[in-house]
Amino acid sequence: MALRTIQMGMHTEKLAGKTQQRFFSPSEEENFLYPDGYDVDFNKRAEFDAEPLSPGEINLKLRELMSQGYGTIVMHNPGAKHGVAVGLLQRLNLQIKGSLGYFGCGLIDGPRITISGRVGWSCAENMMSGVVVIEKNAGSTFGAAIRGGDLVCKGDVGARVGIDQKGGTIIIGGRAGAFCGFMMQRGRMIILGDAGKNLGDSMYDGTIYVGGKIAELGVDAVEGEMTDLDAEWLERKLKLYGMEAPRGVRNMTKIVAGKQLWNYDNLEPSEKKIVL
Amino acid sequence: MCGIAGLIHRRATGDVGSEMTNMLKALKHRGPDSTGFALYGKPHGEELILRFKVAEQDEMAGSFDMHQAVKDRRHEVDKRLKELGAKILKEEEATEYAFRYRIKYDGDRRKLADFIEDIKGAEILSMGLGLELIKDLGDATVVSDQYKLNGFVGTHAIGHTRMATESDVDIRSAHPYWAYPFADVSVVHNGQLTNYWKGRRGLEHKGHRFVSNCDSELIAVYLADAMEQGADLEDAMKASIDQLDGVFTYIVATADSLGMAKDVMAAKPMVLYESDDFIGLASEEVAIRSIFPHEIDTWDPYEGEVRVWKTEAARA
Repeated sequence: MALRTIQMGMHTEKLAGKTQQRFFSPSEEENFLYPDGYDVDFNKRAEFDAEPLSPGEINLKLRELMSQGYGTIVMHNPGAKHGVAVGLLQRLNLQIKGSLGYFGCGLIDGPRITISGRVGWSCAENMMSGVVVIEKNAGSTFGAAIRGGDLVCKGDVGARVGIDQKGGTIIIGGRAGAFCGFMMQRGRMIILGDAGKNLGDSMYDGTIYVGGKIAELGVDAVEGEMTDLDAEWLERKLKLYGMEAPRGVRNMTKIVAGKQLWNYDNLEPSEKKIVL
Repeated sequence: MCGIAGLIHRRATGDVGSEMTNMLKALKHRGPDSTGFALYGKPHGEELILRFKVAEQDEMAGSFDMHQAVKDRRHEVDKRLKELGAKILKEEEATEYAFRYRIKYDGDRRKLADFIEDIKGAEILSMGLGLELIKDLGDATVVSDQYKLNGFVGTHAIGHTRMATESDVDIRSAHPYWAYPFADVSVVHNGQLTNYWKGRRGLEHKGHRFVSNCDSELIAVYLADAMEQGADLEDAMKASIDQLDGVFTYIVATADSLGMAKDVMAAKPMVLYESDDFIGLASEEVAIRSIFPHEIDTWDPYEGEVRVWKTEAARA
Protein backbone atom coordinates (compact mmCIF):
# COMPACT_ATOMS: atom_id res chain seq x y z
CA MET A 1 0.00 0.00 0.00
CA ALA A 2 2.74 2.42 1.00
CA LEU A 3 4.58 1.72 -2.24
CA ARG A 4 1.49 2.50 -4.29
CA THR A 5 1.00 5.83 -2.60
CA ILE A 6 4.61 6.67 -3.31
CA GLN A 7 4.11 5.66 -6.95
CA MET A 8 1.18 8.03 -7.16
CA GLY A 9 3.32 10.87 -5.96
CA MET A 10 1.71 11.21 -2.58
CA HIS A 11 5.02 11.09 -0.75
CA THR A 12 6.88 14.18 -1.75
CA GLU A 13 7.84 15.27 1.73
CA LYS A 14 7.47 14.28 5.36
CA LEU A 15 4.28 15.57 6.85
CA ALA A 16 3.12 15.86 10.41
CA GLY A 17 -0.35 15.97 11.85
CA LYS A 18 -3.12 13.50 12.30
CA THR A 19 -5.02 14.05 9.09
CA GLN A 20 -2.11 13.95 6.73
CA GLN A 21 -0.54 11.00 8.48
CA ARG A 22 -3.77 9.09 8.05
CA PHE A 23 -3.96 10.03 4.41
CA PHE A 24 -0.44 8.93 3.71
CA SER A 25 -0.32 6.02 6.09
CA PRO A 26 -3.36 3.73 5.79
CA SER A 27 -2.28 1.76 8.82
CA GLU A 28 -2.81 4.61 11.25
CA GLU A 29 -5.25 3.83 14.00
CA GLU A 30 -8.69 5.30 13.42
CA ASN A 31 -11.11 6.81 15.92
CA PHE A 32 -8.72 9.48 17.06
CA LEU A 33 -10.39 11.79 19.58
CA TYR A 34 -9.58 15.40 20.23
CA PRO A 35 -9.22 16.13 23.95
CA ASP A 36 -12.65 17.76 24.11
CA GLY A 37 -14.33 15.32 21.70
CA TYR A 38 -17.37 13.23 22.60
CA ASP A 39 -17.51 9.47 22.52
CA VAL A 40 -20.53 8.83 20.32
CA ASP A 41 -22.40 5.71 19.24
CA PHE A 42 -23.42 5.53 15.57
CA ASN A 43 -26.38 3.36 16.51
CA LYS A 44 -27.76 6.09 18.76
CA ARG A 45 -29.87 8.33 16.51
CA ALA A 46 -31.48 11.73 17.05
CA GLU A 47 -33.45 14.09 14.80
CA PHE A 48 -34.18 17.78 15.19
CA ASP A 49 -35.81 20.64 13.29
CA ALA A 50 -33.40 23.49 12.56
CA GLU A 51 -36.08 25.82 11.21
CA PRO A 52 -36.64 27.84 14.40
CA LEU A 53 -32.95 27.88 15.37
CA SER A 54 -30.24 30.39 14.54
CA PRO A 55 -26.95 29.06 13.11
CA GLY A 56 -25.31 29.36 16.53
CA GLU A 57 -28.16 27.48 18.17
CA ILE A 58 -27.98 24.74 15.52
CA ASN A 59 -24.28 24.21 16.19
CA LEU A 60 -24.87 24.16 19.94
CA LYS A 61 -27.67 21.64 19.40
CA LEU A 62 -25.27 19.35 17.54
CA ARG A 63 -22.79 19.54 20.39
CA GLU A 64 -25.49 18.92 22.95
CA LEU A 65 -26.60 15.78 21.10
CA MET A 66 -23.02 14.56 20.70
CA SER A 67 -22.41 15.09 24.40
CA GLN A 68 -25.34 12.74 24.99
CA GLY A 69 -23.64 10.10 22.85
CA TYR A 70 -25.69 10.45 19.67
CA GLY A 71 -23.54 9.37 16.75
CA THR A 72 -26.19 9.64 14.04
CA ILE A 73 -27.97 12.98 13.86
CA VAL A 74 -30.58 14.00 11.28
CA MET A 75 -31.09 17.73 10.83
CA HIS A 76 -34.25 18.94 9.09
CA ASN A 77 -34.98 22.33 7.51
CA PRO A 78 -31.61 24.08 7.75
CA GLY A 79 -33.09 26.75 5.47
CA ALA A 80 -29.83 27.73 3.72
CA LYS A 81 -28.52 29.28 6.92
CA HIS A 82 -24.85 30.18 7.09
CA GLY A 83 -22.09 28.64 9.18
CA VAL A 84 -23.96 25.45 10.03
CA ALA A 85 -22.20 22.21 11.08
CA VAL A 86 -18.83 23.87 11.52
CA GLY A 87 -15.90 22.85 13.71
CA LEU A 88 -17.00 19.22 14.12
CA LEU A 89 -13.74 17.58 15.19
CA GLN A 90 -14.76 13.97 15.58
CA ARG A 91 -16.59 10.98 14.19
CA LEU A 92 -20.23 11.71 13.56
CA ASN A 93 -22.81 10.63 11.03
CA LEU A 94 -24.69 13.83 10.25
CA GLN A 95 -27.52 13.80 7.73
CA ILE A 96 -28.73 17.23 6.68
CA LYS A 97 -32.13 17.25 4.99
CA GLY A 98 -32.11 20.50 3.07
CA SER A 99 -29.65 23.17 1.93
CA LEU A 100 -26.92 25.13 3.66
CA GLY A 101 -25.87 28.72 3.12
CA TYR A 102 -22.30 29.99 3.21
CA PHE A 103 -19.40 28.43 5.14
CA GLY A 104 -21.22 25.20 5.96
CA CYS A 105 -19.20 22.24 7.29
CA GLY A 106 -16.06 24.37 7.64
CA LEU A 107 -13.08 23.36 9.79
CA ILE A 108 -14.28 19.80 10.29
CA ASP A 109 -12.08 16.83 11.13
CA GLY A 110 -13.65 13.42 10.98
CA PRO A 111 -17.43 13.48 10.50
CA ARG A 112 -19.38 12.01 7.64
CA ILE A 113 -21.94 14.56 6.47
CA THR A 114 -24.57 14.09 3.77
CA ILE A 115 -26.57 17.05 2.50
CA SER A 116 -29.70 16.40 0.46
CA GLY A 117 -29.86 19.95 -0.95
CA ARG A 118 -27.40 22.58 -2.06
CA VAL A 119 -24.57 24.43 -0.33
CA GLY A 120 -23.54 28.07 -0.69
CA TRP A 121 -20.05 29.56 -0.93
CA SER A 122 -17.06 28.12 0.90
CA CYS A 123 -18.48 24.77 1.91
CA ALA A 124 -16.05 22.61 3.90
CA GLU A 125 -13.37 25.26 3.93
CA ASN A 126 -10.27 23.96 5.73
CA MET A 127 -11.78 20.50 6.11
CA MET A 128 -9.16 18.23 7.64
CA SER A 129 -10.69 14.76 7.32
CA GLY A 130 -14.02 13.00 7.00
CA VAL A 131 -16.53 12.89 4.17
CA VAL A 132 -19.01 15.51 2.96
CA VAL A 133 -21.45 14.54 0.19
CA ILE A 134 -23.78 17.12 -1.38
CA GLU A 135 -26.55 15.79 -3.58
CA LYS A 136 -27.26 19.03 -5.50
CA ASN A 137 -25.18 22.09 -6.46
CA ALA A 138 -22.53 24.05 -4.60
CA GLY A 139 -21.41 27.67 -4.67
CA SER A 140 -17.95 29.09 -5.26
CA THR A 141 -14.77 28.43 -3.24
CA PHE A 142 -15.99 24.92 -2.60
CA GLY A 143 -13.41 23.09 -0.50
CA ALA A 144 -11.04 26.01 -0.23
CA ALA A 145 -7.81 25.01 1.52
CA ILE A 146 -9.00 21.53 2.45
CA ARG A 147 -6.28 19.37 3.91
CA GLY A 148 -7.86 15.94 3.80
CA GLY A 149 -10.98 13.80 3.47
CA ASP A 150 -13.41 13.46 0.60
CA LEU A 151 -15.58 16.38 -0.45
CA VAL A 152 -18.19 15.42 -3.02
CA CYS A 153 -20.73 17.55 -4.90
CA LYS A 154 -22.93 15.57 -7.26
CA GLY A 155 -24.17 18.67 -9.10
CA ASP A 156 -22.51 21.79 -10.52
CA VAL A 157 -20.22 24.08 -8.57
CA GLY A 158 -19.18 27.73 -8.91
CA ALA A 159 -15.71 29.22 -9.30
CA ARG A 160 -12.47 28.63 -7.41
CA VAL A 161 -13.09 25.07 -6.28
CA GLY A 162 -10.21 23.80 -4.15
CA ILE A 163 -8.37 27.07 -4.16
CA ASP A 164 -5.23 26.50 -2.10
CA GLN A 165 -6.12 22.81 -1.69
CA LYS A 166 -3.57 21.14 0.57
CA GLY A 167 -4.77 17.55 0.51
CA GLY A 168 -7.79 15.29 0.31
CA THR A 169 -10.03 14.70 -2.67
CA ILE A 170 -12.68 16.95 -4.17
CA ILE A 171 -15.15 15.35 -6.56
CA ILE A 172 -17.53 17.35 -8.74
CA GLY A 173 -20.28 15.49 -10.58
CA GLY A 174 -21.09 18.30 -12.99
CA ARG A 175 -19.54 21.50 -14.23
CA ALA A 176 -17.08 23.70 -12.35
CA GLY A 177 -16.37 27.43 -12.78
CA ALA A 178 -13.17 29.41 -13.31
CA PHE A 179 -9.94 29.24 -11.32
CA CYS A 180 -10.48 25.77 -9.90
CA GLY A 181 -7.35 24.48 -8.22
CA PHE A 182 -5.81 27.94 -8.05
CA MET A 183 -2.56 27.65 -6.07
CA MET A 184 -3.32 24.02 -5.31
CA GLN A 185 -0.59 22.46 -3.23
CA ARG A 186 -1.53 18.84 -2.81
CA GLY A 187 -4.40 16.39 -3.08
CA ARG A 188 -6.71 15.47 -5.95
CA MET A 189 -9.61 17.09 -7.68
CA ILE A 190 -11.99 15.26 -10.00
CA ILE A 191 -14.32 17.27 -12.24
CA LEU A 192 -16.58 14.99 -14.25
CA GLY A 193 -18.10 17.80 -16.33
CA ASP A 194 -16.56 20.85 -17.95
CA ALA A 195 -14.03 23.07 -16.18
CA GLY A 196 -13.93 26.87 -16.50
CA LYS A 197 -11.05 29.17 -17.38
CA ASN A 198 -7.69 29.26 -15.62
CA LEU A 199 -7.89 25.71 -14.38
CA GLY A 200 -5.04 24.93 -11.99
CA ASP A 201 -3.58 28.39 -12.24
CA SER A 202 -0.28 28.62 -10.33
CA MET A 203 -0.71 25.17 -8.84
CA TYR A 204 2.32 23.93 -6.94
CA ASP A 205 1.45 20.27 -6.87
CA GLY A 206 -1.51 17.92 -6.75
CA THR A 207 -3.58 16.51 -9.61
CA ILE A 208 -6.78 17.57 -11.34
CA TYR A 209 -8.77 15.13 -13.47
CA VAL A 210 -11.37 16.54 -15.86
CA GLY A 211 -14.02 14.50 -17.66
CA GLY A 212 -15.41 17.26 -19.88
CA LYS A 213 -13.98 20.22 -21.74
CA ILE A 214 -11.44 22.58 -20.21
CA ALA A 215 -12.12 26.20 -21.14
CA GLU A 216 -8.50 27.20 -20.56
CA LEU A 217 -5.56 26.05 -18.46
CA GLY A 218 -4.10 28.47 -15.96
CA VAL A 219 -0.52 29.60 -15.72
CA ASP A 220 1.86 26.67 -15.22
CA ALA A 221 -0.87 24.01 -15.37
CA VAL A 222 -0.02 21.32 -17.91
CA GLU A 223 -1.49 18.09 -19.13
CA GLY A 224 -0.01 15.00 -17.52
CA GLU A 225 0.05 11.39 -18.61
CA MET A 226 -2.91 9.27 -17.53
CA THR A 227 -1.51 6.05 -16.10
CA ASP A 228 -3.17 2.76 -15.23
CA LEU A 229 -2.73 3.70 -11.61
CA ASP A 230 -4.64 6.94 -12.15
CA ALA A 231 -7.47 5.13 -13.90
CA GLU A 232 -7.70 2.46 -11.25
CA TRP A 233 -7.76 5.00 -8.46
CA LEU A 234 -10.41 7.09 -10.22
CA GLU A 235 -12.66 4.07 -10.80
CA ARG A 236 -12.48 3.07 -7.17
CA LYS A 237 -12.89 6.55 -5.80
CA LEU A 238 -15.92 7.37 -7.94
CA LYS A 239 -17.52 4.02 -7.18
CA LEU A 240 -17.47 4.89 -3.49
CA TYR A 241 -20.01 7.64 -4.20
CA GLY A 242 -22.00 5.95 -6.94
CA MET A 243 -20.52 8.21 -9.61
CA GLU A 244 -18.89 7.55 -12.94
CA ALA A 245 -17.07 9.51 -15.62
CA PRO A 246 -19.39 10.18 -18.57
CA ARG A 247 -16.79 9.06 -21.13
CA GLY A 248 -14.92 6.65 -18.90
CA VAL A 249 -12.02 7.44 -16.60
CA ARG A 250 -9.41 6.63 -19.26
CA ASN A 251 -10.74 9.47 -21.39
CA MET A 252 -10.36 12.00 -18.62
CA THR A 253 -7.68 14.67 -18.84
CA LYS A 254 -5.04 14.81 -16.13
CA ILE A 255 -3.69 18.21 -15.17
CA VAL A 256 -0.58 18.71 -13.06
CA ALA A 257 1.81 21.53 -12.19
CA GLY A 258 4.37 22.38 -14.84
CA LYS A 259 6.63 23.68 -12.08
CA GLN A 260 8.08 26.35 -14.29
CA LEU A 261 7.02 29.29 -12.14
CA TRP A 262 9.67 31.53 -10.64
CA ASN A 263 9.44 29.81 -7.26
CA TYR A 264 10.69 26.58 -8.84
CA ASP A 265 13.51 28.37 -10.54
CA ASN A 266 16.68 28.17 -8.46
CA LEU A 267 18.83 30.03 -10.93
CA GLU A 268 20.36 33.24 -9.76
CA PRO A 269 19.60 36.31 -11.89
CA SER A 270 23.15 36.30 -13.22
CA GLU A 271 22.82 32.63 -14.18
CA LYS A 272 19.54 33.32 -15.96
CA LYS A 273 21.34 35.75 -18.22
CA ILE A 274 23.66 32.97 -19.29
CA VAL A 275 20.88 30.47 -19.88
CA LEU A 276 18.19 32.64 -21.44
CA MET B 1 -19.86 43.86 0.86
CA CYS B 2 -23.43 44.84 -0.19
CA GLY B 3 -26.36 42.58 -0.89
CA ILE B 4 -28.37 42.61 -4.10
CA ALA B 5 -31.62 40.92 -5.01
CA GLY B 6 -34.06 40.70 -7.87
CA LEU B 7 -37.33 38.97 -8.64
CA ILE B 8 -39.74 38.73 -11.50
CA HIS B 9 -43.22 37.24 -11.74
CA ARG B 10 -43.30 36.03 -15.30
CA ARG B 11 -46.98 35.31 -15.68
CA ALA B 12 -48.75 37.48 -13.16
CA THR B 13 -48.27 40.23 -10.63
CA GLY B 14 -47.44 39.93 -6.96
CA ASP B 15 -46.82 41.97 -3.84
CA VAL B 16 -43.31 42.81 -4.98
CA GLY B 17 -43.01 45.47 -2.27
CA SER B 18 -43.34 42.93 0.53
CA GLU B 19 -41.33 40.29 -1.30
CA MET B 20 -38.39 42.58 -1.92
CA THR B 21 -38.59 43.91 1.64
CA ASN B 22 -38.29 40.36 2.98
CA MET B 23 -35.41 39.56 0.64
CA LEU B 24 -33.50 42.63 1.72
CA LYS B 25 -34.22 41.98 5.40
CA ALA B 26 -32.52 38.62 4.95
CA LEU B 27 -29.49 40.38 3.45
CA LYS B 28 -29.21 43.05 6.13
CA HIS B 29 -25.93 41.63 7.44
CA ARG B 30 -24.34 42.40 4.05
CA GLY B 31 -24.83 46.11 4.51
CA PRO B 32 -26.91 48.16 6.91
CA ASP B 33 -25.96 51.66 5.68
CA SER B 34 -28.76 52.21 3.21
CA THR B 35 -31.46 50.24 1.45
CA GLY B 36 -32.98 50.76 -1.96
CA PHE B 37 -35.82 49.38 -4.01
CA ALA B 38 -36.74 49.62 -7.67
CA LEU B 39 -40.31 48.36 -7.94
CA TYR B 40 -42.15 47.93 -11.22
CA GLY B 41 -45.89 48.47 -11.03
CA LYS B 42 -48.55 48.50 -13.66
CA PRO B 43 -48.21 51.49 -16.00
CA HIS B 44 -51.17 53.87 -16.35
CA GLY B 45 -51.15 54.82 -20.00
CA GLU B 46 -48.48 57.39 -20.70
CA GLU B 47 -48.44 58.79 -17.18
CA LEU B 48 -44.95 59.12 -15.74
CA ILE B 49 -44.10 58.38 -12.13
CA LEU B 50 -41.49 60.82 -10.90
CA ARG B 51 -39.61 59.98 -7.68
CA PHE B 52 -37.31 62.72 -6.47
CA LYS B 53 -35.71 64.16 -3.38
CA VAL B 54 -34.71 67.72 -2.56
CA ALA B 55 -32.37 67.05 0.37
CA GLU B 56 -30.33 64.36 2.04
CA GLN B 57 -31.74 62.76 5.18
CA ASP B 58 -28.94 64.02 7.42
CA GLU B 59 -29.36 67.56 6.10
CA MET B 60 -32.80 67.76 7.72
CA ALA B 61 -31.32 67.86 11.20
CA GLY B 62 -28.30 69.82 10.13
CA SER B 63 -29.53 73.37 9.85
CA PHE B 64 -32.18 75.61 11.38
CA ASP B 65 -33.81 76.72 8.13
CA MET B 66 -33.63 73.38 6.27
CA HIS B 67 -37.36 72.71 6.54
CA GLN B 68 -38.16 75.97 4.81
CA ALA B 69 -35.43 75.31 2.24
CA VAL B 70 -37.02 71.95 1.42
CA LYS B 71 -40.40 73.63 0.92
CA ASP B 72 -38.82 76.23 -1.31
CA ARG B 73 -37.00 73.60 -3.37
CA ARG B 74 -40.16 71.60 -3.85
CA HIS B 75 -42.01 74.72 -4.88
CA GLU B 76 -39.27 75.36 -7.42
CA VAL B 77 -39.64 71.83 -8.78
CA ASP B 78 -43.39 72.39 -9.22
CA LYS B 79 -42.69 75.67 -10.96
CA ARG B 80 -40.16 74.16 -13.37
CA LEU B 81 -42.40 71.22 -14.19
CA LYS B 82 -45.13 73.66 -15.11
CA GLU B 83 -42.69 75.74 -17.12
CA LEU B 84 -41.80 72.70 -19.24
CA GLY B 85 -45.42 71.85 -19.82
CA ALA B 86 -45.61 68.88 -17.45
CA LYS B 87 -49.00 68.41 -15.82
CA ILE B 88 -48.92 67.20 -12.23
CA LEU B 89 -51.74 64.69 -11.74
CA LYS B 90 -51.02 63.71 -8.17
CA GLU B 91 -48.47 64.64 -5.51
CA GLU B 92 -47.46 62.43 -2.60
CA GLU B 93 -45.02 63.20 0.18
CA ALA B 94 -43.09 60.01 0.91
CA THR B 95 -40.94 61.82 3.49
CA GLU B 96 -40.36 65.48 4.22
CA TYR B 97 -37.62 65.51 1.58
CA ALA B 98 -38.69 62.81 -0.89
CA PHE B 99 -41.70 62.92 -3.18
CA ARG B 100 -43.72 60.88 -5.65
CA TYR B 101 -45.45 62.70 -8.48
CA ARG B 102 -47.68 61.31 -11.20
CA ILE B 103 -47.23 63.57 -14.19
CA LYS B 104 -48.27 63.88 -17.80
CA TYR B 105 -45.34 64.95 -19.92
CA ASP B 106 -44.69 64.41 -23.61
CA GLY B 107 -41.47 66.41 -23.92
CA ASP B 108 -37.77 65.61 -23.74
CA ARG B 109 -37.16 63.64 -20.54
CA ARG B 110 -33.46 64.43 -20.41
CA LYS B 111 -34.29 68.14 -20.54
CA LEU B 112 -36.83 67.72 -17.76
CA ALA B 113 -34.39 65.79 -15.59
CA ASP B 114 -31.59 68.31 -16.13
CA PHE B 115 -33.89 71.25 -15.42
CA ILE B 116 -35.14 69.75 -12.15
CA GLU B 117 -31.70 68.63 -10.99
CA ASP B 118 -30.39 72.13 -11.56
CA ILE B 119 -32.24 73.03 -8.36
CA LYS B 120 -29.98 72.83 -5.32
CA GLY B 121 -30.39 69.49 -3.52
CA ALA B 122 -32.78 68.10 -6.10
CA GLU B 123 -32.17 64.65 -7.55
CA ILE B 124 -34.52 62.60 -9.66
CA LEU B 125 -34.40 59.09 -8.28
CA SER B 126 -36.45 57.67 -11.11
CA MET B 127 -38.73 58.55 -13.93
CA GLY B 128 -40.77 55.89 -15.66
CA LEU B 129 -44.07 54.42 -16.64
CA GLY B 130 -43.87 51.59 -14.13
CA LEU B 131 -40.63 52.12 -12.22
CA GLU B 132 -40.66 53.54 -8.70
CA LEU B 133 -37.23 53.90 -7.17
CA ILE B 134 -37.01 54.37 -3.42
CA LYS B 135 -33.79 54.58 -1.43
CA ASP B 136 -32.86 55.96 1.93
CA LEU B 137 -30.63 55.43 4.93
CA GLY B 138 -31.44 52.52 7.21
CA ASP B 139 -32.24 48.85 6.82
CA ALA B 140 -35.01 47.30 4.74
CA THR B 141 -37.57 47.40 7.52
CA VAL B 142 -37.00 51.09 8.18
CA VAL B 143 -37.07 52.16 4.54
CA SER B 144 -39.98 49.91 3.59
CA ASP B 145 -42.08 51.17 6.50
CA GLN B 146 -41.09 54.77 5.90
CA TYR B 147 -42.14 54.64 2.24
CA LYS B 148 -45.05 52.21 2.79
CA LEU B 149 -43.82 49.63 0.29
CA ASN B 150 -45.65 46.61 1.64
CA GLY B 151 -48.57 45.91 -0.64
CA PHE B 152 -46.93 47.39 -3.74
CA VAL B 153 -48.25 45.19 -6.54
CA GLY B 154 -46.12 44.74 -9.61
CA THR B 155 -44.33 42.34 -11.93
CA HIS B 156 -40.72 42.68 -10.86
CA ALA B 157 -38.29 44.42 -8.55
CA ILE B 158 -34.64 44.79 -7.65
CA GLY B 159 -33.12 45.85 -4.36
CA HIS B 160 -29.91 46.60 -2.54
CA THR B 161 -28.51 46.72 0.99
CA ARG B 162 -25.39 48.82 1.09
CA MET B 163 -22.10 48.49 2.92
CA ALA B 164 -20.53 51.81 2.00
CA THR B 165 -16.91 51.45 0.95
CA GLU B 166 -15.54 54.04 -1.44
CA SER B 167 -18.28 56.69 -1.26
CA ASP B 168 -20.42 58.35 1.39
CA VAL B 169 -23.32 57.06 3.44
CA ASP B 170 -26.05 59.16 1.87
CA ILE B 171 -29.05 58.72 -0.40
CA ARG B 172 -27.09 59.93 -3.40
CA SER B 173 -24.65 57.01 -3.04
CA ALA B 174 -27.35 54.45 -2.29
CA HIS B 175 -28.55 51.96 -4.90
CA PRO B 176 -30.47 51.34 -7.11
CA TYR B 177 -29.39 53.81 -9.74
CA TRP B 178 -31.77 55.01 -12.36
CA ALA B 179 -30.21 54.85 -15.85
CA TYR B 180 -30.82 58.52 -16.62
CA PRO B 181 -32.48 59.57 -18.87
CA PHE B 182 -34.03 56.21 -19.79
CA ALA B 183 -37.44 55.66 -18.32
CA ASP B 184 -37.81 52.48 -16.29
CA VAL B 185 -34.16 51.33 -16.24
CA SER B 186 -32.48 50.70 -12.88
CA VAL B 187 -29.36 48.92 -11.61
CA VAL B 188 -28.03 47.44 -8.37
CA HIS B 189 -24.44 46.29 -7.98
CA ASN B 190 -22.20 44.35 -5.64
CA GLY B 191 -18.47 44.83 -6.19
CA GLN B 192 -15.86 47.39 -7.13
CA LEU B 193 -15.16 48.89 -10.53
CA THR B 194 -11.51 49.74 -11.00
CA ASN B 195 -11.91 51.75 -14.20
CA TYR B 196 -14.66 53.93 -12.74
CA TRP B 197 -12.99 57.31 -13.28
CA LYS B 198 -11.85 56.49 -16.78
CA GLY B 199 -15.30 55.23 -17.69
CA ARG B 200 -16.99 58.18 -16.05
CA ARG B 201 -14.86 60.74 -17.86
CA GLY B 202 -15.63 59.10 -21.19
CA LEU B 203 -19.36 59.09 -20.56
CA GLU B 204 -19.36 62.65 -19.24
CA HIS B 205 -17.70 63.76 -22.45
CA LYS B 206 -20.65 62.23 -24.27
CA GLY B 207 -23.03 64.34 -22.23
CA HIS B 208 -24.13 61.93 -19.51
CA ARG B 209 -24.55 63.13 -15.96
CA PHE B 210 -23.39 61.51 -12.71
CA VAL B 211 -24.97 62.46 -9.41
CA SER B 212 -22.63 60.59 -7.06
CA ASN B 213 -19.06 59.36 -6.72
CA CYS B 214 -20.25 55.80 -6.32
CA ASP B 215 -18.67 53.43 -8.85
CA SER B 216 -21.94 51.54 -9.26
CA GLU B 217 -23.54 54.52 -10.98
CA LEU B 218 -21.17 53.88 -13.88
CA ILE B 219 -23.03 50.67 -14.73
CA ALA B 220 -26.37 52.43 -14.99
CA VAL B 221 -24.97 55.22 -17.12
CA TYR B 222 -22.95 52.78 -19.24
CA LEU B 223 -26.06 50.71 -20.01
CA ALA B 224 -28.08 53.84 -20.72
CA ASP B 225 -25.44 55.02 -23.16
CA ALA B 226 -25.23 51.64 -24.91
CA MET B 227 -29.00 51.49 -25.28
CA GLU B 228 -29.04 55.05 -26.53
CA GLN B 229 -26.66 53.85 -29.27
CA GLY B 230 -29.22 51.21 -30.23
CA ALA B 231 -28.07 48.12 -28.34
CA ASP B 232 -30.72 46.00 -26.67
CA LEU B 233 -30.42 45.27 -22.97
CA GLU B 234 -28.76 41.87 -23.31
CA ASP B 235 -26.18 43.07 -25.84
CA ALA B 236 -25.38 46.07 -23.67
CA MET B 237 -24.89 43.81 -20.67
CA LYS B 238 -22.66 41.41 -22.60
CA ALA B 239 -20.50 44.30 -23.77
CA SER B 240 -20.26 45.54 -20.18
CA ILE B 241 -18.48 42.34 -19.14
CA ASP B 242 -15.49 43.40 -21.25
CA GLN B 243 -15.79 47.14 -20.77
CA LEU B 244 -16.18 47.29 -17.01
CA ASP B 245 -13.05 46.40 -15.10
CA GLY B 246 -13.06 45.01 -11.58
CA VAL B 247 -15.14 42.53 -9.66
CA PHE B 248 -18.87 42.84 -9.99
CA THR B 249 -22.22 41.16 -10.06
CA TYR B 250 -25.07 43.43 -11.02
CA ILE B 251 -28.80 43.21 -11.61
CA VAL B 252 -30.63 45.47 -14.03
CA ALA B 253 -34.34 45.92 -14.59
CA THR B 254 -36.30 47.57 -17.37
CA ALA B 255 -40.04 48.04 -17.84
CA ASP B 256 -40.49 44.41 -18.84
CA SER B 257 -37.19 42.62 -18.10
CA LEU B 258 -34.85 41.54 -15.38
CA GLY B 259 -31.20 40.79 -16.07
CA MET B 260 -28.01 39.81 -14.27
CA ALA B 261 -24.34 39.91 -15.19
CA LYS B 262 -21.27 38.55 -13.49
CA ASP B 263 -17.64 39.50 -14.13
CA VAL B 264 -15.12 37.08 -15.62
CA MET B 265 -13.63 36.30 -12.22
CA ALA B 266 -17.02 35.43 -10.69
CA ALA B 267 -15.70 37.09 -7.58
CA LYS B 268 -19.03 38.31 -6.24
CA PRO B 269 -21.80 35.95 -5.26
CA MET B 270 -25.17 35.36 -6.85
CA VAL B 271 -27.63 32.57 -6.25
CA LEU B 272 -30.36 31.92 -8.77
CA TYR B 273 -33.75 30.24 -8.56
CA GLU B 274 -35.70 29.79 -11.75
CA SER B 275 -39.15 28.37 -12.40
CA ASP B 276 -41.74 28.88 -15.11
CA ASP B 277 -43.57 31.48 -13.02
CA PHE B 278 -40.90 33.14 -10.94
CA ILE B 279 -37.24 34.09 -11.03
CA GLY B 280 -35.45 35.00 -7.83
CA LEU B 281 -31.81 35.99 -7.54
CA ALA B 282 -29.81 37.29 -4.64
CA SER B 283 -26.37 37.48 -3.10
CA GLU B 284 -27.40 34.71 -0.72
CA GLU B 285 -29.96 31.93 -0.86
CA VAL B 286 -31.49 33.01 2.46
CA ALA B 287 -33.00 35.97 0.62
CA ILE B 288 -34.81 33.73 -1.85
CA ARG B 289 -35.88 31.49 1.03
CA SER B 290 -37.68 34.45 2.55
CA ILE B 291 -40.18 33.96 -0.30
CA PHE B 292 -39.92 30.18 -0.62
CA PRO B 293 -39.35 28.67 2.81
CA HIS B 294 -39.44 25.13 1.42
CA GLU B 295 -36.57 23.38 -0.36
CA ILE B 296 -35.83 24.78 -3.80
CA ASP B 297 -33.18 24.07 -6.42
CA THR B 298 -30.73 26.93 -6.78
CA TRP B 299 -27.34 27.44 -8.40
CA ASP B 300 -24.60 29.98 -8.98
CA PRO B 301 -24.42 31.66 -12.38
CA TYR B 302 -20.93 31.31 -13.88
CA GLU B 303 -18.16 33.77 -14.65
CA GLY B 304 -18.97 36.18 -17.45
CA GLU B 305 -22.58 35.01 -17.51
CA VAL B 306 -25.39 37.31 -18.62
CA ARG B 307 -29.03 36.35 -18.25
CA VAL B 308 -32.20 38.27 -19.10
CA TRP B 309 -35.76 37.26 -18.27
CA LYS B 310 -38.89 38.95 -19.55
CA THR B 311 -42.42 39.24 -18.26
CA GLU B 312 -45.09 37.32 -20.11
CA ALA B 313 -46.42 40.52 -21.64
CA ALA B 314 -43.00 41.28 -23.10
CA ARG B 315 -42.58 37.75 -24.42
CA ALA B 316 -45.99 37.93 -26.06
